[in-house]
Amino acid sequence: MAAETRPKRPTRWHIGVFLAPALLVYTAIMILPLAGTLQLSLFRNIEQHQIFVGLENFRTLFGDPNWSVGFWNALRNNTWFFIIHMLVQNPIGVMLAALLSSPRLRFAAFYRTAIFVPTILSFVIVGFAWKLILSPLWGVAPHMMDLVGLKSLFTPWLGKEQYALTALSLISVWQFVGIPMMLIYAALLSIPEEVIEAAECDGITGLSQFWKIKLPLILPSIGIISILTFVGNFNAFDLIYTAQGALAGPNYSTDILGTFLYRAFFGFQLQVGDPNMGAAIATMMFLIILGGVCVYLFLVQTRLRRYQF
Amino acid sequence: MTTKLLTALLLGTSILGTAGVASAADVTLNIESWRGDDLAIWKDKLIPAFEAKNPGIKVVFAPSAPTEYDAALGAKLAAGSAGDLITCRPFDKSLELYKKGNLADLSALPGMENFSPVAKAAWQTDDGKASFCVPMASVIHGFIYNKDAFDKLGIKVPQTRDEFFAALDKIKADGTYIPMAMGTKDLWEAATMGYQNIGPNYWKGEDGRAALIKGEQKLTDKDWVAPYEELAKWKPYLGDGFEAQTYPDSQNLFTLGRAAIYPAGSWEIGLFNTQAQFKMGAFPPPVEKAGDTCYISDHTDIGMGLNAASKNADAAKTFLSWVASPDFATIYANALPGFFSLNSSPVKMEDPLAQEFVSWRGKCKSTIRSTYQILSRGTPNLENETWVESANVINGTDTPEAAAKKLQTGLDSWYKPAK
Repeated sequence: MAAETRPKRPTRWHIGVFLAPALLVYTAIMILPLAGTLQLSLFRNIEQHQIFVGLENFRTLFGDPNWSVGFWNALRNNTWFFIIHMLVQNPIGVMLAALLSSPRLRFAAFYRTAIFVPTILSFVIVGFAWKLILSPLWGVAPHMMDLVGLKSLFTPWLGKEQYALTALSLISVWQFVGIPMMLIYAALLSIPEEVIEAAECDGITGLSQFWKIKLPLILPSIGIISILTFVGNFNAFDLIYTAQGALAGPNYSTDILGTFLYRAFFGFQLQVGDPNMGAAIATMMFLIILGGVCVYLFLVQTRLRRYQF
Repeated sequence: MTTKLLTALLLGTSILGTAGVASAADVTLNIESWRGDDLAIWKDKLIPAFEAKNPGIKVVFAPSAPTEYDAALGAKLAAGSAGDLITCRPFDKSLELYKKGNLADLSALPGMENFSPVAKAAWQTDDGKASFCVPMASVIHGFIYNKDAFDKLGIKVPQTRDEFFAALDKIKADGTYIPMAMGTKDLWEAATMGYQNIGPNYWKGEDGRAALIKGEQKLTDKDWVAPYEELAKWKPYLGDGFEAQTYPDSQNLFTLGRAAIYPAGSWEIGLFNTQAQFKMGAFPPPVEKAGDTCYISDHTDIGMGLNAASKNADAAKTFLSWVASPDFATIYANALPGFFSLNSSPVKMEDPLAQEFVSWRGKCKSTIRSTYQILSRGTPNLENETWVESANVINGTDTPEAAAKKLQTGLDSWYKPAK
């Protein structure tokens, strides 16, 4: 029994010590509030007292048409918001990254910076800038479309029920396209020269080299970007709030889960806030995001093949 | 940052307070308010006027930021450190404070008889038995117009609805001006400057509003749908792309002289006077036939109450009686044109536009916005829904009937009128 005779290892107390700060901070600012929210959603304020009501708030949220119509509308809008990002933002991001990593491109650093800059702008600036650009009264959009003879195509997009959400999604895409671009760009740069050279020896060049060699190698990065987009979109709030206000007009057509939560939790104008119903909505958002991330982790990520160099 | 500011303010008031006590055996009253904008008016005009008449009472105006006011006031009241005088928000927020016992009953205060029942409604219990704040100011709705434009096109100020639409048609046919500056992007313009502006003429002001609260009338009745039918007719007279026109856009369109008529609230007067380069006039919402009784929305907005825990209640009541007097009303209304005193005795104002607005009180009957009292306590919130539906009606998304039906269904889901 060699193990018994071996001298007892000293307690590795330093692991605990080094983990403690991060663990404490994370617990205090992430786990406790999250647990607090979940707990709040199970209570209701009856005559100035918090009373435990079980899942009653969720029954109201899904059973009472005054709440459920708003919730499903917000979820539907949020899904469309996400679909636009997946269909527009990420393919454009990949494309830009592929162009940037081309060694023959001049001023690559300039383009990279220019495309990334909107990402670091505040939502408030982006919201107001685009509201002005698209303004039918003083905006540059109608004038510029007039110059190329497309004035007839201009409508006040942000004020029309059928276009407002798509317009806002595209504004958000404009702002955040730099993030997938940067991540993919980094992934593309990390592909070793030998692999590319081997492909060239086998006669795979140009576009087919991108599709057959590079794309499979950056798939894990695209997966990560998809999940970041998903989490970001279902937590989105700021852009809608700054551009359309808390009532997410016109006619709730741009209402997403974030704005719906805001109105329920904090109230708006004469509406008094209801923290308990707000917490119930926040819990649903948490579950939706958790579900999405789990689907990705267990169904998608395990099937992605990784290559070690 | 904000807490620091608050602490500084609190410290400031306490130091000033003790300083006052030290210099003489005076009583010092502190006023809680969210109207930081009015600080100069209080310090330079109102407080000196009061102190000159009432030696021995010192008054300190101590405002906090509008967005923090309710929370800060609640905390201070709970801790017992709130000022003696409390500026009251209208309706439910103040009613809640009264119910908690934070505001004293002022029904018997000398000076309260200077106010009409409508003026007091915003700070009364639902049964109207107890009043707990002295009404200070209201805002009146109507239409502000570009006088130069009207003169150029030879348009008379419209009295009736037919004249109103004839005027709009004429402005539109001429093409120099956008007939009406309003957008639906921010939603509330459509409800506040639209529906609540023209509506009282249809639902007969207070009569209709009271009947709605009692459950005798429904939002689907003819009198409540008709304003929506008129709003739907406004659409062709609004500017290009009004769906994406925001509130500041509308203000700028009008003050730049590009629009002829602006559906307004009187609070615009101050800003418009400084920005517009042309002559302006105002007219009340047009009635159906010449000679019909006219109704205006004269919405109570700000009042002042007495902290029930105040140690200087007698001095505070003296001050409140002064707030209820014509003296106060004259100074206040002239310092802030567009915020009108609710005092029944007429106030002499210098600003011609403000004079025009306030003159309607003499010939029209006053009412307040229909959604504010009692009807916006539940979910869905009637006021917020009215914003959305008013914009929908103007945009053409909903017919007037559909909009009214949605509002009534929402209201029915939680509001049961007292039998």
